[in-house]
Amino acid sequence: MIWAKEETLSREEIERIQTERLVKLVHYVYDNVEPYRKKMDDAGIKPDDIKTLDDLKRLPFTTKQDFRDNYPFGLFAVDKSKLARIHASSGTTGKPTVVGYTKKDLETWAECVARLAVAGGAQADDVCQICFGYGMFTGALGLHKGLERVGACIIPSSTGNTEKQIMYMKDYGSTLLVATPSYALRIGEVATQLGLNPRTDLGLRTALVGSELMTEPMREEMKKLYGDKLCVTQNYGMSELMGPGISGECTELCGMHINEDHFICEIIDPETGEVLPAGEKGELVVTCLTKEALPLIRYRTRDITKIFYEPCKCGRTTARMDILDGRTDDMLKIRGVNVFPSQIEEVLLRTEEIGPHYEIIVDRKDHSDILTIKVELAPDKMTDDVAELEKIKAKLKSSLRTMLGLDAKIVLESPHTLKRFEGKAKRVTDNRKGLT
Amino acid sequence: MKQLTVFIENRIGRLEQVTEILSQNGINIVCLSLSDTGEYGMLRMIVSQPAQAVEVLGDAGFSAMLTDVTAIKLVHHFGMLNKLSKLLSDNGIDIKYMYALNSGADAAVVIKTSDDAKSEQLLLEAGQFSVLSASEVYNM
Ligand SMILES: [Zn+2]
Repeated sequence: MIWAKEETLSREEIERIQTERLVKLVHYVYDNVEPYRKKMDDAGIKPDDIKTLDDLKRLPFTTKQDFRDNYPFGLFAVDKSKLARIHASSGTTGKPTVVGYTKKDLETWAECVARLAVAGGAQADDVCQICFGYGMFTGALGLHKGLERVGACIIPSSTGNTEKQIMYMKDYGSTLLVATPSYALRIGEVATQLGLNPRTDLGLRTALVGSELMTEPMREEMKKLYGDKLCVTQNYGMSELMGPGISGECTELCGMHINEDHFICEIIDPETGEVLPAGEKGELVVTCLTKEALPLIRYRTRDITKIFYEPCKCGRTTARMDILDGRTDDMLKIRGVNVFPSQIEEVLLRTEEIGPHYEIIVDRKDHSDILTIKVELAPDKMTDDVAELEKIKAKLKSSLRTMLGLDAKIVLESPHTLKRFEGKAKRVTDNRKGLT
Repeated sequence: MKQLTVFIENRIGRLEQVTEILSQNGINIVCLSLSDTGEYGMLRMIVSQPAQAVEVLGDAGFSAMLTDVTAIKLVHHFGMLNKLSKLLSDNGIDIKYMYALNSGADAAVVIKTSDDAKSEQLLLEAGQFSVLSASEVYNM
């Protein structure tokens, strides 16, 4: 099922809408947001200079730093009295990133999420268990309102207390799970430990995962746990842009459809800022066309992906972005080689002898970088045969060398000993920080 | 006969935790061997109640498992161990590991080979070895 007619417009029609909205947006921010007016004046650009989609690349970028510099409400285009909701990102260091919504923004948000949820397999008769942290985080309420709009029933179970989550899931008959991919795996794992069979004792049909990158092997792992029939789709969003609702996979699983009538996505070279052609990999830059409270022009997401425009088998004509390939700031430079944790994860999840949890540690010894990866043996692969364990290590090491072009040190741990995460996983420790 | 094997990450105090859990549960350690790869260790033990040991260690978050091994009693005689090794290797059997079992006057070893059934048979046929029963060993 396709939720909105905006998802099947012709390319000309989509671009006509985007152009019209972009022209309006540029005037709107110039008139209402001081920092934008200043940026455009500094760049010598007048709102009237922006007439076509191609002119977009002339506008300066917006970055996370702009949020910091204008904390809390400096980037808002409306008076505080017009706000209907405020969210904020957790921000582990310094001030959180504050975002605001007018009543109309909340409507747009729910609409955007509803489209992606339906594309990702949600149905009006679903019972949706939302295991995202409620509170200031945009993920939970974003999915909540979007799924409500679809007509589904919501269980706002939030995060934590995995055993209770499983009880809700079983007793209330959840058919759709909203969670980070690692928490979705965690729930299945705990259910198994409790003696349940997630395939038969839980009635999940769909998992809408997000807020953290999901790799293909992770999706496979989830299907292994919950059964092949589980439809696992992921969607993409970011608090600054709106929250969830930017793009999402349809059930064909071939990229994430972008809500193009609300967002223009570009791919740039993160070093030069230059716009890259369709199909090339680079940093995703998003312009929010319709937000009243917090319009954004060319926001640098630091996420690495590519965009393609071929029509999809599902019938939607919107551009799609690839599953994320990591973040520009997650990128680890190890012995001069660019390494994304997602690449490591892909190798680990393809190796059946080990479980889906891992930790990455980077150290520096004698001026050389050392990459250590801690993995857990899969419970059914545990053996008392040291030669067998060493074989597993050697196999992992060689697959990692093929993927990364680097040697890594592998540390095997017992099953169930590595840290589990209920929200965003923090699996990378870089001990080189502060060292030169 | 079942051997209790515990995979031990090289973290301070892990070995001590294992022995403590066993003693708290009244499980007696008959003998043990610790092999160490530098990064992790394999603690192999013969204990009085192996199945219960797996359970209590598992509950405490250890990866414990049971492995089939054989306990062989040798006549106390010079060169017996060498004889045992030679007999097995001549018959194409690999000894994966072996450790001593304290059985009073006689010498005894716990062995794990690439073919336990065949090695048991070969040793019995040789006449100078006997196989200790599980209950005999568990209660040593
Ligand atoms: Zn599609």
